[in-house]
Amino acid sequence: MAIKPAKDYTAAELMVSAAAREISDGDVVFVGMRLPLLGFQLAKSTHAPNAIGVYELGIVRETAAPEPILTMGDLPNLYHAQWLADTADLMGLLQQGLVDLSFIGGAQVDRYGNLNTSYIGDVDGPIQTRLPGSGGACDLASLAKRHIIIMTHQKRRFVPRVDYITSPGYGDGYDWRQRVGLPRGGPSTVITTLGLLRFDPESKEMVLASVHPGVTAEEVRANTGWPLKTADDLTETPAPAEEELRALRQFDPQGFWTSDG
Amino acid sequence: MSDVKFSSLEDAVSRFVPDGSAVALGTAQETLIPFAAGHEIMRQKKRNLTLIGPISDILFDQIIGAGCVARIRAAWVGNVITGSSYNFRRAVEAGDVEMEDHSNLTVSMALRAGAMGISFMPARTALGSDLFRTNGSLKTITCPFTGDTLTAVAAIKPDVTIIHVQRADAYGNAHSWGNLGITREACLASRHIIVTAEEIVSPEVIRSDPNRVVIPGFKVSAVAHAPWGAHPSPVPGYYNRDHDAFIAYQRDSKTPEAFDRWKANWVDAVRSNGEYLNLLGEKKMAELAVKYHALTEVADYGY
Repeated sequence: MAIKPAKDYTAAELMVSAAAREISDGDVVFVGMRLPLLGFQLAKSTHAPNAIGVYELGIVRETAAPEPILTMGDLPNLYHAQWLADTADLMGLLQQGLVDLSFIGGAQVDRYGNLNTSYIGDVDGPIQTRLPGSGGACDLASLAKRHIIIMTHQKRRFVPRVDYITSPGYGDGYDWRQRVGLPRGGPSTVITTLGLLRFDPESKEMVLASVHPGVTAEEVRANTGWPLKTADDLTETPAPAEEELRALRQFDPQGFWTSDG
Repeated sequence: MSDVKFSSLEDAVSRFVPDGSAVALGTAQETLIPFAAGHEIMRQKKRNLTLIGPISDILFDQIIGAGCVARIRAAWVGNVITGSSYNFRRAVEAGDVEMEDHSNLTVSMALRAGAMGISFMPARTALGSDLFRTNGSLKTITCPFTGDTLTAVAAIKPDVTIIHVQRADAYGNAHSWGNLGITREACLASRHIIVTAEEIVSPEVIRSDPNRVVIPGFKVSAVAHAPWGAHPSPVPGYYNRDHDAFIAYQRDSKTPEAFDRWKANWVDAVRSNGEYLNLLGEKKMAELAVKYHALTEVADYGY
């Protein structure tokens, strides 16, 4: 069956569809706040009906929530859950290496995929801006088989070196994760408002892999705070399919997470 | 015979949350947040508290804004649906509040160590992160069996954990269901526990389903009746999340002046549970109430 690309969609809808496509059928997915909530619902209702959703509050789902949800603790997300449990139970699954994939967002990311959601400025000096902190993000970045970062693509967010590593990526590159003792994992993809980025298998540096329709590689580089490398086989991010958009709009009927602006 | 622990919320907070206490709150994460008890702490102008929790949604921000807090040991402080929370930002940026940065895994292990009566728990999270720079409760150790590098998380033992549950009896035996977050660890690690409940029921109701007991009454110091006591957070079986209230709070806490107005209206002027329900209004309560009920099959505990 040919997939018919949609013509009219928002940047957030494109990002959610890109997130959903990272989920394979049967994956155990640790689902984060905001867009990932929708990405999981979308994957479940399209190509990954057997994916399992794990939510850090203590929720495991094998079905999509029966009604639209805005936060993971909304009661429809508890209805007919596969399991309601303790946070530590699910963190244990994660720590054992049983979580295939997780999603996190952040305020700052650097060329090795380290993520900051805690402090802007120097924590040993005057703090410029205090952000909410890790939540479960540090655990997901440390312990999932891989994680996906979802970010707004701006120069002030894509910095050469984050001010504070809340959620470890590849540190300063190469075998850093092994050296510090992390058992596995690392970011595989960064989904932004402009494109998709992946990581060089050896140096672990971020590389531009695809640009969203209407965006140029030059534009992405201009919004990145270091000289960003571009993949030899740079592609265009596929637009969401009509079928995906229809499903997605059922999960976010008011456009709370997916409208522009 | 067990002691009756039934109390007014005012007396429970007055007795078991003295100034300087370390208080665990919001342990189920986004559901069952004990807002009524938190507001009572604010009304009684408690000072120099340490707040302990995983993510806090906006209750931590409110208690910080009322000037009650000196220290926070938590994984995330903000407004789940909108992002940052302003009283927390202002307090940390001004240096008024000391922050110990946890992750959800490290805070659950800290409380589990407390619950197990040992000094720390090992974990594999956070290695290489800067959490070690802003959290003196984390150190790296070498596993004596495998030689692996591990994160040691020092035990946390709260002075008091406050939980909101669906139902409890007058002896403090409490039933809770839904996602539990770090509630069990926090209660077991804690010296005192205050339970607020949607309903106070007979001991027979609780005894009929011992697997649903989140904490046994002998560990509980006080139990108070607080219908809608978790509003605006959701309570499984009772009411849905009041998203509008969380979104409005973002605006109502943007400046200290706006927050003071919010607090005067929603906290200071409220002298009883009934007054809070009046403020909330019947229309809002009807809108949030659970409409599609989903009851369990019965379980046979017989012999």
